[in-house]
Amino acid sequence: MSRRSFLKSSALAGGGLMISFTWLSAFTPAGREEEPVPTGKWVEINGYVKITPDNVITILNPNPEFGQNVMTSLPMIIAEELDADWQKIVVEMGPHDSVKLGPQFTGGSNSVRMYWKPLREAGAAARQMLRDAAAQAWGVPVEEVTTKAGMLYHGKSRKSGTYGSFAAKAAGLPIPKGVKLKEAKDFTVVSRSKKNVEGLKIVSGKPLFGLDYQQPGMLIAMVEHPPAFGLKLKSFDAAEALRMPGITDIFRQKLYEEGFEQGGFDTRTFNELLVVVGKTTWQVMQARKKLNVQWEPAGDIKDIIGGWGQKREVVVPGELESTDAQLQKMKEYAAKPAEQLRKDGDPETVFKNAAQVIERTYNAPFLAHNCMEPINFFAHVTEEKALLVGPLQAPGWTEPTLAKVLNLPADKIEIQMTRMGGGFGRRAYGHYLTEAALISKKVKAPVKLVYTREDDMTYGIYRPLYTATYRAALDANKNLIAFHVKGGGIPEHPIHANRFPAGAVDNYLAEGWEIPSNVTIGAFRAPRSNFNAAAEQSFLDELAEAMGKDPIEFRLELLKRAKENPVGKNNEYDADRYAEVLKLVRDKSGWNQAANQKYSRGVAAYFCHNSYAAHVVDMVMRDGQPYVERVFSAIDCGIVINPDAAANMVQGAVIDGIGNAFYGGLTLKNGAVEQRNFYNYRLIRMHEAPKKIDVHFVQNNIDPTGLGEPPFPPVFGAVANALYKAAGKRFYQQPFGPQLTNTTAL
Amino acid sequence: MLNLTINKKAYHVDVDPDTPLLWVLRDTLGLVGTKYGCGVAQCGACTVHLNGEAVRSCVTKVSRAVGQKVVTIEGLAEKADHPVQKAWLELDVAQCGYCQSGQIMSAAVLLRENKNPTDADIDAAMAGNICRCGTYLRVREAIRLAATSQRKAGNG
Repeated sequence: MSRRSFLKSSALAGGGLMISFTWLSAFTPAGREEEPVPTGKWVEINGYVKITPDNVITILNPNPEFGQNVMTSLPMIIAEELDADWQKIVVEMGPHDSVKLGPQFTGGSNSVRMYWKPLREAGAAARQMLRDAAAQAWGVPVEEVTTKAGMLYHGKSRKSGTYGSFAAKAAGLPIPKGVKLKEAKDFTVVSRSKKNVEGLKIVSGKPLFGLDYQQPGMLIAMVEHPPAFGLKLKSFDAAEALRMPGITDIFRQKLYEEGFEQGGFDTRTFNELLVVVGKTTWQVMQARKKLNVQWEPAGDIKDIIGGWGQKREVVVPGELESTDAQLQKMKEYAAKPAEQLRKDGDPETVFKNAAQVIERTYNAPFLAHNCMEPINFFAHVTEEKALLVGPLQAPGWTEPTLAKVLNLPADKIEIQMTRMGGGFGRRAYGHYLTEAALISKKVKAPVKLVYTREDDMTYGIYRPLYTATYRAALDANKNLIAFHVKGGGIPEHPIHANRFPAGAVDNYLAEGWEIPSNVTIGAFRAPRSNFNAAAEQSFLDELAEAMGKDPIEFRLELLKRAKENPVGKNNEYDADRYAEVLKLVRDKSGWNQAANQKYSRGVAAYFCHNSYAAHVVDMVMRDGQPYVERVFSAIDCGIVINPDAAANMVQGAVIDGIGNAFYGGLTLKNGAVEQRNFYNYRLIRMHEAPKKIDVHFVQNNIDPTGLGEPPFPPVFGAVANALYKAAGKRFYQQPFGPQLTNTTAL
Repeated sequence: MLNLTINKKAYHVDVDPDTPLLWVLRDTLGLVGTKYGCGVAQCGACTVHLNGEAVRSCVTKVSRAVGQKVVTIEGLAEKADHPVQKAWLELDVAQCGYCQSGQIMSAAVLLRENKNPTDADIDAAMAGNICRCGTYLRVREAIRLAATSQRKAGNG
């Protein structure tokens, strides 16, 4: 019997020792997959650690994995304090159980940050309980019981035993409080690169992802959504589609009833869908082509949005929007008075009297997340309970909604988290679980809801359409004396009013405005920052040039000011850490070395999600087109748990940033998304990726902060600034690529 | 009934001959290592070997595979120890991992045909495989590593 089947049978006979286990979830760092069966039962020491009597130690990862390495790096934190042998442990995806496993969401670059302390404490407490158990059994003082790699020792009496042999006794002991945690200098797992525990499964094509999930008797469901924002389903004729092979059902399905109070992440694009259910994916795809559907204007829709103790009514306008008109409307709004978000000093007067005013406007388009694994989810809903399996960033945000729409108590809803084929924010919005669950309930069968790539791209929750106008006032000596940013967007503005350079300029004004829209938007890797860093860091580059200053030295001057004599209150960033990444990237990139000046070099730095990132982008012309050949990155995210995996993620963020800066963009025509698949939504490919991305982490002992998002935003600024050097002109509209194709000047 | 040979195993499937090989692999045979990414041969996530050539299974009708040899990621090497797979593990290429079976299948054909690919060769051969996480640098490096270990094994 393999370990996998052992786990299944032990789950049945578990007697409370074994918590729910799925086919998806056990791995060993050493890459062993099918293990000889350990005998005996799992003993749960706490929610994160369980051990068999013959010393198989399993660590549960609490948080959904979407490529940010938490399946490896979070268990590493526990293993460190538990003093388990990393090569011998088993890592398992935890169940959705926030009582035992904490907040369980992947978003805001928070996984490591929010779990750092609880996981250390869980590991340390488990180790302490094992030591207590051994001390009692051996009749020796607990202080004399030491541990190493899953073993307990008493030196004086030369006694030793495995964790497993004391697990049952340990589990009965009280959970100790205030256990001393290791000092960073004593780490042996944390900050040592460990291989992805799921690596072998990934390279051998084992089922891992939601789309891979199958159950006997499972049907495939797809949804036909309105072809444009602002339309809704009027009527349909499914007679021909129903005659297609394998098709079992076609019906209209509403998500939320009138007056439904949506949670903060219940964002949904269309409230009524046409559902096609059949035996196989291909059969359902074919049947969809035979549908005869009529759509009609939806008109204005009133949404009731709750969550976070607030309740508000939002009128979603019914207009069929086009991007050209949206951009025109944004120009009109930008000229109107806006909401003041922060003001220091007397910017109005200073601008009026300035020797020179520099003003620039930046735009960036809607972006689709385009996770490689299209949206999907499995659901099996009965009168009594619901099982949902698939890719989701935050089960706890969707479960209350499922409970309401299914009219089931939350404890009858089980959500299993699969590895995700990308997330980038898209899978924080669990409307597709609601869809899958309602479909399963209706057809009374296990169902996997699958979006095609086209569904995924045109039925999205996009990065908003953004614009910002930056103004700087200089005195006669070219000193920066006032700074003004006014930003807006459809449907939200991008401004972080308390971020740099707020705090570094005496007279400062930040304003924001918003235009309501029926285009659904949401979190996209470093929300708002991913635009701000592009605009602001391009603007600072242009300012430095106007002032005759080196762009890095100019930023360091501002940060020095913010440190020594900060302006205003609530400045969000630590000026020292910000300056540190700039200095590090300056030094590592050889910023001032003559030999490097053959490159068109651009620099940018940004603070978001509690971490600091700076990049130097080195651009060359290749076949008449600008190409980013190499990049230097400096990051301060505090202690780095898994350095090699962290570097991988930074490299990925850099490539993601280059790709989106050059090619990313989603447009609308009469409410319809104009891009449908990767032939007209361009993603960066291998030959467009740099040859080299050098990643340098600031070495410190600050508790870890975030890494998934912070390296991403400043890439846009660094690319824009390098592009200026390469092209001899500034680009203010993203994506840059289409403008370059039309530029003969290059 | 269609007769297929996949990973050296014989299968008999009762499907519409126009069905893309991808969906026969995934839905009918449960070989889910081959991924659906775009359905229109744009992303390469569904790459398999048909008589040794890398094809996009999402646009390859299953009828084309009848009587031919199909190899999927599950059958690339019996113990998942193909030089490309080993290099992928050695350099810990994957982030989310979804596109990687397609990347690996494309890389395996490149390395069979070209024992010592230049970076330009790699870029050209891999241009059809999208990685949304941006693991391209490591994919390139892993292909170079696999090429080296393959040459060493060949010489030894």
